[in-house]
Amino acid sequence: MIHFVLLISRQGKVRLTKWYSPYSQKERTKVIRELGGEILSRGPKLCNFVDWRGLKVVYKRYASLYFCMCIDQDDNELEVLEIIHHFVEILDRYFGSVCELDLIFNFHKAYYILDELLLAGELQESSKKTIARLIAAQDSLVETAKEQASSISNIIAQATK
Amino acid sequence: MIRAIRACKTAAEERAVVRKECAAIRAAINENDHDYRHRNLAKLMFIHMLGYPTHFGQMECLKLIASAGFPEKRIGYLGLMLLLDERQEVLMLVTNSLKQDLNHSNQYIVGLALCALGNISSAEMARDLAPDVERLLQFRDPNTRKKAALCSIRIIKKVPDLAENFMYPASSLLKEKHHGVLITGVQLCTDLCKVSSEALEYFRENCIEGLVKTLRDIANSPYSPEYDMAGITDPFLHIRLLKLLRLLGQGDADASDCMTDILAQVASRTESNKNAGNAILYECVQTIMSIEDNGGLRVLAINILGRFLSNRDNNIRYVGLNMLMKAIVVDAKAIQRHRATILECVKDSDASIQKRALELVYLLVNESNVKPLTKELIEYLEVSDQEFKGDITAKICSLIEKFSPEKIWYIDQMLKVLSEAGNFVKDEVWHALIVVISNASDLHGYTVRALYRAFRASTEQESLVRVAVWCIGEYGDMLVNNVGMLDIEEPITVTESDAVDAIEVAIKHHRLDLTTKAMALIALFKLSTRFPACSERIKDIIFQNKRSLVLELQQRSIEFNCILQKYQNIRSALVERMPVLDEATLSGRKAGSLATTVSTSTIAPCNLPNGVAEPAAAPIGDLLDLSSDDVPAPISSGGDFLQDLLAIDLSPASAPSSGTSLPPKAGTDVLLDLLSIGTPSPGESSPSALDMSSSTQDNKALLANLNGLASLSLLPANATSPESSAGAMGLLDVFDPNPQKRDENGPAYPSIVAYESNSLRMTFNFSKQPGDPQTTFIQATFTNRSPNVYDDFLFQAAVPKFLQLQLDPASSNILPASGNGSITQNLKVTNTQHGKKPLAMRIRIAYKVNDEDVLEQGQINNFPSDL
Repeated sequence: MIHFVLLISRQGKVRLTKWYSPYSQKERTKVIRELGGEILSRGPKLCNFVDWRGLKVVYKRYASLYFCMCIDQDDNELEVLEIIHHFVEILDRYFGSVCELDLIFNFHKAYYILDELLLAGELQESSKKTIARLIAAQDSLVETAKEQASSISNIIAQATK
Repeated sequence: MIRAIRACKTAAEERAVVRKECAAIRAAINENDHDYRHRNLAKLMFIHMLGYPTHFGQMECLKLIASAGFPEKRIGYLGLMLLLDERQEVLMLVTNSLKQDLNHSNQYIVGLALCALGNISSAEMARDLAPDVERLLQFRDPNTRKKAALCSIRIIKKVPDLAENFMYPASSLLKEKHHGVLITGVQLCTDLCKVSSEALEYFRENCIEGLVKTLRDIANSPYSPEYDMAGITDPFLHIRLLKLLRLLGQGDADASDCMTDILAQVASRTESNKNAGNAILYECVQTIMSIEDNGGLRVLAINILGRFLSNRDNNIRYVGLNMLMKAIVVDAKAIQRHRATILECVKDSDASIQKRALELVYLLVNESNVKPLTKELIEYLEVSDQEFKGDITAKICSLIEKFSPEKIWYIDQMLKVLSEAGNFVKDEVWHALIVVISNASDLHGYTVRALYRAFRASTEQESLVRVAVWCIGEYGDMLVNNVGMLDIEEPITVTESDAVDAIEVAIKHHRLDLTTKAMALIALFKLSTRFPACSERIKDIIFQNKRSLVLELQQRSIEFNCILQKYQNIRSALVERMPVLDEATLSGRKAGSLATTVSTSTIAPCNLPNGVAEPAAAPIGDLLDLSSDDVPAPISSGGDFLQDLLAIDLSPASAPSSGTSLPPKAGTDVLLDLLSIGTPSPGESSPSALDMSSSTQDNKALLANLNGLASLSLLPANATSPESSAGAMGLLDVFDPNPQKRDENGPAYPSIVAYESNSLRMTFNFSKQPGDPQTTFIQATFTNRSPNVYDDFLFQAAVPKFLQLQLDPASSNILPASGNGSITQNLKVTNTQHGKKPLAMRIRIAYKVNDEDVLEQGQINNFPSDL
């Protein structure tokens, strides 16, 4: 099972965190600090796995972002690398060649996508298409709701004039 | 806002912006502003991600979730998952909204609710909402089904009793065509199998064939763009199916039989040039290794791992090593073939791989290959990184200790390790080495010469210096005379002054620490009798150290100086070669290495109430301590050993000797009292005291000695012999530094008789680490005064809540009869209410007398109040 997902920039800034196991706020900051230090300092040619407190952290660097996932000792590390890659491809497809800024300003969208990909620390969907479809459907739901709201408020505004 | 935060140049600026935003959001919350609620929450989440406190926004989440529109709910649930976790009580409030949303007509809202439930559900929520989730497993929309399946995983992990409810719906998920549902369904089954053996049985009977078929379909399926990853159709599904098959096949021959064909197919036909393919192979190997035995498949699997090891990709090598480590229990022989490759991996530049490979090598070593492997490792040690040296040294040392075929090899290898990485060697290791050396009497000469050579070459490695100094001190004469020459050695000529030179280097070397220097001083002192020709020089060196700023060295050198000048007659006895060290006691001490060190100085203060005899008694305490130091210093830190001696030998003695003039408190006191009686004739009494300490075993002789001493009691005799009183005075001067030293070591505590019954007696000795008043180290000593031996001796203790107790293993579980020996056991007690409440303890002692169980219980309330 995946215990948490972290996105850390090269400067050590956190871009996204998702916790599937209970960690208190204090532990979370500690984990981020510890792992950030360890992972960012690793050289480019080393393997993508770090042993950490009896668990394993699988990380992969895409441009300036490190995607880290923490898994159990007996999970398949190579598969987790694939999951990370899968996630990145979906982000890429959604934002259209994704960059760090996309994730900063649309962080909630990134979370929505992650929620479609992983649930309870397990993989939920292996098809990129399906995820894209689901997210698009929900986005359009939000859009229509917003339009409705604005049109209602227009009506109200006109009525009160 | 995000832009504003990103524009901040310093952390302080960022904090200011965040504070302002938080204030605005709080104000909005107070005004109950509807329109901007979701926007505020989004901001709040961003602030949360930066690591600022955001608890005030939690209620907002709940309000958003409770509102009707999809956008509000969506952001509300996101906030819920980010800002809260399962341990917060606020979460209970959301249960009702969740229940409503699970029954909502809009599938996306259901999806949101499932997602939230799956990510942060607590046990109570899981129990409450399980029926709804179970119903949703049969929902018409596949996306909801898969979410429900994963949600169920969370539920059964939180509440394993609910597993059986999910068993049948889960098995129906396995027949799905939709990959998402299939993946989650398989995952759910896997987790069900883990929590419930009933489910495992059920799936084993009903689903294996279906699963094998699905896997075959997947493996043979043509290219499908939707699920393709690097040319392989849905590796995730592959892996999950293999995982479930592994669980089902484990320990069940029929089930394993069923899947061998498909496993062989996957193992041999999967492309291994991409990560996805390797992930599948890896999982497949894991499955092959854990299902019931099938020789052919195993060979296939080990070969795949062999290929992994020679892969250039570090990741692949890492998992290969990982897997071999697991496989080693199954088939060690096949893995031995890959030994060379694995050794290569130890030298890899990647720390993760190094570590794995080293562990694997460690597991691979056995009696037959220990020599070449150790050689390789030691060679590697010379070139490895600093950080890695500690690890590798520890491993090598334990290998050498475990498998060493002969002593000379052991000593050789240890010397190599010491001279390469002596700074990383743990204390126990070189202690053990000294024990081995002292036991190998025919190798003394060889060892001391080898050490001398290594020491000449380099003094950088602390523990090498220590061992060398100890050996030169003990066997210095062999060094000079080339005694016990072995054929393989090159002869060297060392003069007496060369040896002294070496030790002098150790004392004067600025980088070596106190312990080493103290050892060197003792070695020097010992050499003073071994090399009469150099004794003047030795005296000089010792004399120089009288001005040492380090108290310990100063004290030692003053004491030695006194002995050199005034007590020529006892000197040779004092510095006699150490008796062969007992390996059993060493291992015993290893077990309880937190030995209670009421360090040397505490002995002296113990007998302060003794009136006239007191000042003279103190130096004797010192003398004794000094001689005992002579003995144990190389093995453990100073007084520790004396403490042991006292505890072991004298607590049984205390009862019979209580008839003497001074009322004893406990074992240690008795000795001191007795010694103080004997003081007027230090020349006579101290050698006998020495004899006592060296003849550790013979308790009866000791008793006799003590009684003899007691009968000597010539208390007023101080004045009669001016010489001895002068000596006493001289020694008194020596004693001066002691009180200061005692302060350093923290206050001393008298030992107590913690428990006493007709036949059993338990004494406690206390000590504390300086600077840590809360923690007390207690050494419990048990003695048996009945004529029967106690077997299976077990001591248990319980403490009230404000105390923490740590019990080390006892030195033995057999307690000899009639006080002929004792058991010691170390306890560590941490008093969280130090200064407010005293220690208290309830104890239980169980043992067997003539095969009958006996149980004794009691409570200890007589701890010194300030522990």
